[in-house]
Amino acid sequence: MRDLVKHFPIRKGLLQREVARVHAVDGISFEVKRGETFGLVGESGCGKSTTARLVTRLLAPTSGSIVYDGRDISDWPERRIRPLRRDVQMIFQDPYASLNPRRPVGTIIGEPLRLLGVDDRDARRARVREVMERVGLNPEHYNRYPHEFSGGQRQRIGIARAIVLEPKLIVADEPVSALDVSIQAQVLNLLQELRDEMGLTLVFIAHDLSVVRHMCDRIAVMYLGKIVELATGDRLYAHPRHPYTGALLSAVPSPTARAGRQRRRVVLEGDVPSPVAPPSACRFHTRCWKAQRICREQEPPLESKGPRDMAACHFPLSEGEVDALARRR
Amino acid sequence: MGAYIVRRVLWAIVLLLVVSFLTFVIFDVFPSADPAVLRAGRNATPSLIQQIRVNLGLDKPFYTQYWLYLKGLVTHFDLGYSYYNSESVRSEIFSRLPATVSVTVGGFIVWMLIGIPVGIVSAIRPRSILDRSLMGGALVAISAPVYFLGLVSLFLFAKGTGQLQWFGAAGSYVPISQNPGQWFNSLVLPWVTLAAAFAAFYARMTRGNLIDVMGEDYIRTARAKGLPESRVIGKHGLRAALTPIVTMAGLDVGLLLGGAILTEIVFNIPGVGRYAYNAITNSDLPAIQGTVLFGAFFVVFANLVVDILYAFLDPRVKYG
Amino acid sequence: MALLEIEDLHVSFRTLDGVVKAVSGVTLALDSRKTLGIVGESGSGKSVTAQSVIGLTRFPNATITGRILYDGRDLVGMPTDELRDIRGARIAMIFQDPLSSLHPFFRVGHQIVEAIRTHEDVPREAAKKRTIEALRSVGIPSPEERFDSFPHEMSGGMRQRAMIAMALALRPDVLIADEPTTALDVTVQAQVLELIQAMRDDFGTAVILITHDLGVVAQMCDDVAVMYAGRVLEYAARETLFTAPQHPYTWGLLESIPRLDAPRAERLSPIAGSPPSLINVPRGCTFHPRCPYTPPEALESEPELAESEPGHLVRCHLSVEERKSLWQSLLQEHPVLM
Repeated sequence: MRDLVKHFPIRKGLLQREVARVHAVDGISFEVKRGETFGLVGESGCGKSTTARLVTRLLAPTSGSIVYDGRDISDWPERRIRPLRRDVQMIFQDPYASLNPRRPVGTIIGEPLRLLGVDDRDARRARVREVMERVGLNPEHYNRYPHEFSGGQRQRIGIARAIVLEPKLIVADEPVSALDVSIQAQVLNLLQELRDEMGLTLVFIAHDLSVVRHMCDRIAVMYLGKIVELATGDRLYAHPRHPYTGALLSAVPSPTARAGRQRRRVVLEGDVPSPVAPPSACRFHTRCWKAQRICREQEPPLESKGPRDMAACHFPLSEGEVDALARRR
Repeated sequence: MGAYIVRRVLWAIVLLLVVSFLTFVIFDVFPSADPAVLRAGRNATPSLIQQIRVNLGLDKPFYTQYWLYLKGLVTHFDLGYSYYNSESVRSEIFSRLPATVSVTVGGFIVWMLIGIPVGIVSAIRPRSILDRSLMGGALVAISAPVYFLGLVSLFLFAKGTGQLQWFGAAGSYVPISQNPGQWFNSLVLPWVTLAAAFAAFYARMTRGNLIDVMGEDYIRTARAKGLPESRVIGKHGLRAALTPIVTMAGLDVGLLLGGAILTEIVFNIPGVGRYAYNAITNSDLPAIQGTVLFGAFFVVFANLVVDILYAFLDPRVKYG
Repeated sequence: MALLEIEDLHVSFRTLDGVVKAVSGVTLALDSRKTLGIVGESGSGKSVTAQSVIGLTRFPNATITGRILYDGRDLVGMPTDELRDIRGARIAMIFQDPLSSLHPFFRVGHQIVEAIRTHEDVPREAAKKRTIEALRSVGIPSPEERFDSFPHEMSGGMRQRAMIAMALALRPDVLIADEPTTALDVTVQAQVLELIQAMRDDFGTAVILITHDLGVVAQMCDDVAVMYAGRVLEYAARETLFTAPQHPYTWGLLESIPRLDAPRAERLSPIAGSPPSLINVPRGCTFHPRCPYTPPEALESEPELAESEPGHLVRCHLSVEERKSLWQSLLQEHPVLM
């Protein structure tokens, strides 16, 4: 992904002229290496879901480039992209809305096979059963409908559908956010196993930092359409550079008795600004406790602040500041 | 919002143009009877018929006829002259409008006053005996066609023909300025007949909407605040449930103002609807055109009013 | 003396698929100025328990038995008319999704004024003033303008603050918060939790906090009840629950959460299986199908909620010694749990 931009126009007026745009994604660049698990984390409105759809070319970018396996697919028409869809699959968040309730589960999982040319019904069925078993579903339930399954099982159906073509890249958009804690762990383990078995490259999107850290090798933190920090999982959590990352980490309550003994000070005030009118220069400056004049005037570039560690900030967090935040966790 | 209205009005004009053109085309392609022949009456000679044709301009090519019509319409608001009786279509329609308005508005009031409370009562106790019987009755009322209900009501209640001589007979309509008492009396049965199906339909819709709304989270919050149940249903529930109903009602009224045809025919009310019916029977193109345009105008206007109203009722809706 | 006591509450609903036993014998107590956390996953019965306190589950198909004692009166048997005086004024409730929980067609200020004027005979102007003050006190900027906002015109965090303002406008003794931060971003969640803490300290309100997030419980609650399939499986003070829990389900929950404050684990340790149907509840101990340590008695009979230590109640057939030693071995395997 290079300088990727996706704006959604808001049209008003007599001639439906564009009066404003939703700056969903505003110039982000990152690479995902083969076999790696890349995490994209951020709160609502940060653009991570839009990014997910750009990676899989469900959306075309307003500008910028998407290069897959050496080929620039940003402008390709849908016809040309279709064969690629064998290799790039997506798992969605809502296990209730992403499965067609009128189709039996076996058909849902087998659909990608059918669409990409596997006409032999029996071959499809065999493969579907194989996949169902692999994800922990009973192949006998081939003919059941989605509403007969629990949330966790439906998510497994979604995963089965995604892996049935043996893709190379899977983009998982909040795959466990709608699940209970005990089921979440099962599904995350399943994803990890599948990833290791199939040598998948995984782009994992979530708002839950602990989940992202658990699953991912490298993580990009997004805020209002930009990547503010990009680092390996361990570095990110041990020493966040960007104040927003620090604030995010300090905001997560940890399930320990220790957490109760201290009163946490909340680091961030206010709400996330609207992506229609993002703040100038550094988008985070309106809520950043370290903001100075330069932050309002000059946008900090995403650059290296340490080994395998990139952040877009004029005043990244020092060790001492990170410790102060950690004590508040 | 202003830009939105202007845009809608422009589209409305386009739509009306299309409607008038289509009516013209249909009449030209599928004439039911030659109007010149009809007008000529009995003992018509071919030369008389031809004469009438020329008089009415029927010998001109199709697009010329349309163009002339359009010119008259836009510049003088002239809807032409009836082939049948040479009267100005415009004046014929306007003179009949009060009757149609009487039928429509009265029917509207009756169906809202019956339908909505019935729907509310059913929604409060869903699946109770009261609910089931009311909704069952509603189904019957929707299924019975207007001409059936109308004739039955005339048979039962009309002066002169009915078993119980309570209300005005068919054809007894007079304008309200002439005799308010008789005006009212002549409209009771038409109102009830017209309202029956609509009331039933609105009762079902109100019931459905209210049941859905009562399951919403904000109703739970209203209860959690300690509001009395009458407030919870009457203010919080109805406000949300009735918004789509009010807008639907606007559309239905718009439709009916174009002529509640069946009702006017059964009860012999001199309204626009009956005029339209006569026009069709007589292949009276200008009259047909006129009533169709009128009907279309009311529908389009009602649509616009209703959409604007919706923006006021539902603060989440914004037009640009 | 407890402020609110729930005694052996049973709530079931007759549906087309059968009788759903949402709550089966829950006994809990809330002391004044304390925060009780009820934690559980979906289907645990935590929300139904909370909503039953103020009678929001009184549907035609519901059967509610047991007692809920407040101020010397039993709320379960209380006629709804009397209960309405308590709702909003003495016991207030806030819900998970503030967008759907506020009426979309009425302005926010109006909805709060309505809450005030339902219980107090206050002229409109005075109520408006109080509302604006309440909005200010929960940290909503420009409260005079926000008074006229519609819910969809506010951000998620602001909406939840407005709901809190509405709930606390009449200074209730008890605030029941049903998953108040689940629908919010994590930074906003932190703000809202801090707000609840501040309000609790300022007004001395007792709080029942329902959540599925153990981290939130750790931060906010004095005492915790862990619910599963309509029952309380463990009840303890916060410190105890996180340092020495005694129920396999609690252990399972703590183990299965990925942690930020500890090194990455290879794989998570999930609880096997899925939550049970509330129509066909498993025989014996409701948790036994998913429990790695099921003793033979668990298949036949349901354990009682028994005190294993003062103030620490556990519903399990395993003996106290067995549980303690199992916990110790778990700690050795997963030091992160300390």
